[in-house]
Amino acid sequence: MDLVEMKRDHRAFAIILTFCVMFAFWMLLSAWTVYLVEPYDLFVVSSKGILAALIVTFLTYEIFVPNRGENVLLKMQRFIPYLGWELWQIYLATIDVTKRVFGILEVDPRIIEFDTTLRSDFALVTFGNSITLTPGTITIDIEPEKGRYIVHAIAKEPADSLTVDQIMQKKVGYVFMEE
Amino acid sequence: MLAIDVVSTVFLALGAFFMITGTIGLLKFPDFYTRLHATGKCDTLGQILVIIGCMIYEGFTLITIKLLMVSAFYLLVGPAGTHALMKAAYVTGLPVWKKGDKRM
Repeated sequence: MDLVEMKRDHRAFAIILTFCVMFAFWMLLSAWTVYLVEPYDLFVVSSKGILAALIVTFLTYEIFVPNRGENVLLKMQRFIPYLGWELWQIYLATIDVTKRVFGILEVDPRIIEFDTTLRSDFALVTFGNSITLTPGTITIDIEPEKGRYIVHAIAKEPADSLTVDQIMQKKVGYVFMEE
Repeated sequence: MLAIDVVSTVFLALGAFFMITGTIGLLKFPDFYTRLHATGKCDTLGQILVIIGCMIYEGFTLITIKLLMVSAFYLLVGPAGTHALMKAAYVTGLPVWKKGDKRM
């Protein structure tokens, strides 16, 4: 099998997969109850859904099924526990801000810069969003070539947890295999 | 039925509490950056708790899945919006409040 044929195969696979997912999504959102109430009207009802799914498919199949990518399944498997940890961090972040609003902890803001080992787009975006969701820190700017982050921290301890402990950076590096 | 009412009310009340906390922080904190901290963090959890309360009240139907999608979308968009405002302020050179300065 030569390269051109492989590319065509990949394209067909991407289009079919995208169409199936989009049509299932449309069914889930708008046609579920209709099918239960009027089963005889199936084709007329679903033709609109097929049309909508086709349009979306041809606009987005290149983005939806990316061309390259290694160990995608392993990365997804590692990503799910990370998501649970992130939800717990959101809870802690809100408690932290609540304490600062009511004056239990002090407000002492500062801007910090640090370098990371992350390079791919997806890892950079995930780490940036995670910084914003975890207690006391918000991402201001990212320089992708060096993996450098500029972060606004509301006090000294949240800043230290990013620059000294680096727990979250190790977790993201483990998920995306870029340690 | 009563148990469902009680649990969903607890979730809704907690969500409302965190939203109000965020608003108090917005008024109380000293400068633009710290104010964004208050709204950006508290709104995320408040929104999720309110949506969970609605899900429990409604029971398991199709609406549950739609509400779950709304909350997942909010988790993606909330940090992005906060980050955009932060970066705009930083690039235009808004000074950062240090401890001991007077309020802006």
